[in-house]
Amino acid sequence: MATDLAPPPVKAVPDPGRETEKVPIRVALLRYRWLYLMLIPGLIYFALFKYLPMYGLTIAFQDFVPFLGYSGSEWVGFKHFEDLFTGPDFGRLLSNTLILALLTVIFVFPAPIIVALMLNELRVGVLKRSIQSLIYIPHFLSWTIVASLTYLLFAVDFGVIANFIHDVLGGPRVDYVAQADWFRPIIIMQTLWKATGWGTIIYLAALASVDPNLYEAARMDGAGRRRQFWHITLPAIRPTIVVMAILTSGNLLDASFEQIWLMTNSLNRSVADVFDSYVYYVGITQGAFSYSTAVGLFKGLAGVVLIFGSNWLAKRLGQRGLF
Amino acid sequence: MSVNHYKSFGSRVFDALNIALLVALALVTVLPLLYVLAGSFATESEIATRPFFLWPEKFVTDTYEYIFGTGAFVRALITTICVTAVGTAVQVMLTLTMAYPLAKRYLPGRALVLNLVIFTLVFSGGMVPTYLVVRDLGLLDSYWALILPLAINPFYLIIVKSFFQELPQALEEAARIDGCSEMGVFLKIVLPLSKPIIATFSLFYAVGIWNDYVSPLLYIDDSSKWTLQVLVRQLTSADAENALAQLDSVFFPAEGLKFAVIVIATLPILFFYPFLQKYFAKGVLIGSVKE
Repeated sequence: MATDLAPPPVKAVPDPGRETEKVPIRVALLRYRWLYLMLIPGLIYFALFKYLPMYGLTIAFQDFVPFLGYSGSEWVGFKHFEDLFTGPDFGRLLSNTLILALLTVIFVFPAPIIVALMLNELRVGVLKRSIQSLIYIPHFLSWTIVASLTYLLFAVDFGVIANFIHDVLGGPRVDYVAQADWFRPIIIMQTLWKATGWGTIIYLAALASVDPNLYEAARMDGAGRRRQFWHITLPAIRPTIVVMAILTSGNLLDASFEQIWLMTNSLNRSVADVFDSYVYYVGITQGAFSYSTAVGLFKGLAGVVLIFGSNWLAKRLGQRGLF
Repeated sequence: MSVNHYKSFGSRVFDALNIALLVALALVTVLPLLYVLAGSFATESEIATRPFFLWPEKFVTDTYEYIFGTGAFVRALITTICVTAVGTAVQVMLTLTMAYPLAKRYLPGRALVLNLVIFTLVFSGGMVPTYLVVRDLGLLDSYWALILPLAINPFYLIIVKSFFQELPQALEEAARIDGCSEMGVFLKIVLPLSKPIIATFSLFYAVGIWNDYVSPLLYIDDSSKWTLQVLVRQLTSADAENALAQLDSVFFPAEGLKFAVIVIATLPILFFYPFLQKYFAKGVLIGSVKE
């Protein structure tokens, strides 16, 4: 990304009208009028739906009254943040979010790496491609579908998985989707089902770019399959793992609102409430705009800290960071 | 990996185990979908009594007859198709027109705009401020609320921009020398060369809108404007009985209905899946190319 923002390289062929030196803004606007014209709709989009909401974050420091607007509402400083940190919900939200994040790190993050490595060892091309085609499918299905499938498979009276747990494993016949204990396992299972296959693509691409001569040379030197794995395959995907780890850490607190909201019900709320679903619940359904914006801002900033923190850590550990 | 040829016993055991596990993974992925498909054609009693099946004993279509005979379903289906079609067109047009100028390295101000775009990947106003903007624009309960707030995906924009940058510049230069304006170059030279990437991102955007549940949840109150995803949710969630009561009918195959509505909401995606698969890996990987 960084090199992309650098000034363009000097061209070998003289290129009238394409010079890189500074031109007065009026000249540039005239010369590139079509290009600027094409930028306008996109700029309006980013201004309206990305940057205006960022300006709207100011209501986190106000007692926002829609009638009075962003400028007319009363400023209250950090009141809403104090309410959040000292209120009864914060501990629960933080621990629920962190536990889900931890489970994601332990189970969800390594899954595509492992599957990609397994696929990489498959030597039957047709089989490899068919398995890939099948395990990519859930990525394209909506969370609504995934949630509905879960409700069907875990349904008390006829659900396949509920039956399996009762008949084969000898477990109790209960409504699993309404059990607080089952909320986290179900969320993690859903994510694994939906995201693992798709997640392998980026690792498989890294594996495909390994020079076959490396393996050839290693075999000449008498390296077995295990050694080739440790010394060629794994180092080949290490940079990809680092980049994905940084990206994942930035999203850890997001804990997929859509997915969680779809699986939340009155019986599992104690473990299901995370920052995002809380923002929706308090902000949109109850109308506490300022307070919920403060909660959202806190979560957003924590995410920024996490992504930059892990990027810094990756560099400290001698890896190439993301930026 | 044809480079690896091993004949040792341990190696063969590993291969057998590896294949077994991967096949199991593929089965776990598709069996639930096949079960739902089979269940949607089965009778209520079969769903209730048989623990698992991939082919119904008695093949019935009453759930589908019911669905396509119910106003709410048909309306939701038509709504979703229209919103997806219009939305995809808007999104693709906006993304292409913005990506093209951003691909011109010599354009003054380009770096600033790019940085503003990249910043939105790291930080955003979040749900409530965005909701307030949509509300202030008067878009609540409007189909445009399902399209405009998501009109440009910054990730896709950057990928398309990288693609434009890699197009051979000689063609564009030739057209310019022939007196073509930048707009002309874009329409006559660049777009025809970009068919694969246009196809890719049309599909990505279309799947995104089709699958979107959060936008209707946030911005649509009026139940006559429900999309398919909302309907799926209403019918299969814990309080499904309420939703069913809202529908205008005496008899409905309650469980089978859940199966069928999942099938209907999934089928278009699966229909386009071969195309998605053809292009998606390319799309994902273009993004990962370091410039």
